[in-house]
Amino acid sequence: MPTDTDDTMPLRASEDVVRVRQAVRARAVGAGFSLVDQTKIVTAASEIARNTVDYGGGGTARIEVLRNGQRRGVRLTFTDQGPGIADLTLALKDGYTTGSGLGLGLSGAKRLCNEFDVRSTPGQGTVVTLARWV
Amino acid sequence: MGDIPILKIGDCLLVSIQVDMHDRLALALQDDLTERIVADHARGVMIDISALEIVDSFIGRMLNNIAAMSRVLDAITVVVGMRPAVAITLVELGLSLTGVRTALNVDKGLALIRRAIDSPERDDADRYG
Repeated sequence: MPTDTDDTMPLRASEDVVRVRQAVRARAVGAGFSLVDQTKIVTAASEIARNTVDYGGGGTARIEVLRNGQRRGVRLTFTDQGPGIADLTLALKDGYTTGSGLGLGLSGAKRLCNEFDVRSTPGQGTVVTLARWV
Repeated sequence: MGDIPILKIGDCLLVSIQVDMHDRLALALQDDLTERIVADHARGVMIDISALEIVDSFIGRMLNNIAAMSRVLDAITVVVGMRPAVAITLVELGLSLTGVRTALNVDKGLALIRRAIDSPERDDADRYG
């Protein structure tokens, strides 16, 4: 699948979450996303980026703009080397949290995207990939 | 103190969030507002989010918390100016913001606060509750 742009940004503190949100917004605008589609992917990015910082101990966000025939999409990959997620099924349930949040991060982000994938190995880290197409 | 100004208008506090808030700034605003409700004897709090491009679960929780804290401190919170795309996304995210009163704009928000403060049911419930 051809890639138009490919950026990787650090995620260490809550200010980085803001920077990633803004970069995702800029790429979504560039890919021709409608305002609602932009808002959905930026919100999903914010949820997962926060998890990377708060639970993963920091990591990176990769932002790719993809082309599949006439369709364009934005794919985001969040990678950390944190403690990992012990029970993925549980982590994806609405309202489940090990922290102080609302437990909507993973499950909510999944609903806002067309593609969503979590891979996690306890003790080694977590990779969350999500994509939205227009 | 956070970087987001809190304006006092009569017995109401007005906050207009004009920046893309990181999480610590959102928490600071929550704390500042709670302190100001007590210090200024505020009866109403209006939060203008018309400049916010997204409301994620963290900001949603902050709005919920502010509404809950102000209720305990005998003030009413109204969130005004939510963008349509933000509302659509919030619902899909699964955040219903129960407990947060909303109005379309600042005028309607002020009217809502005024009605809530002046309503006799509320006065009775608060005085004898």
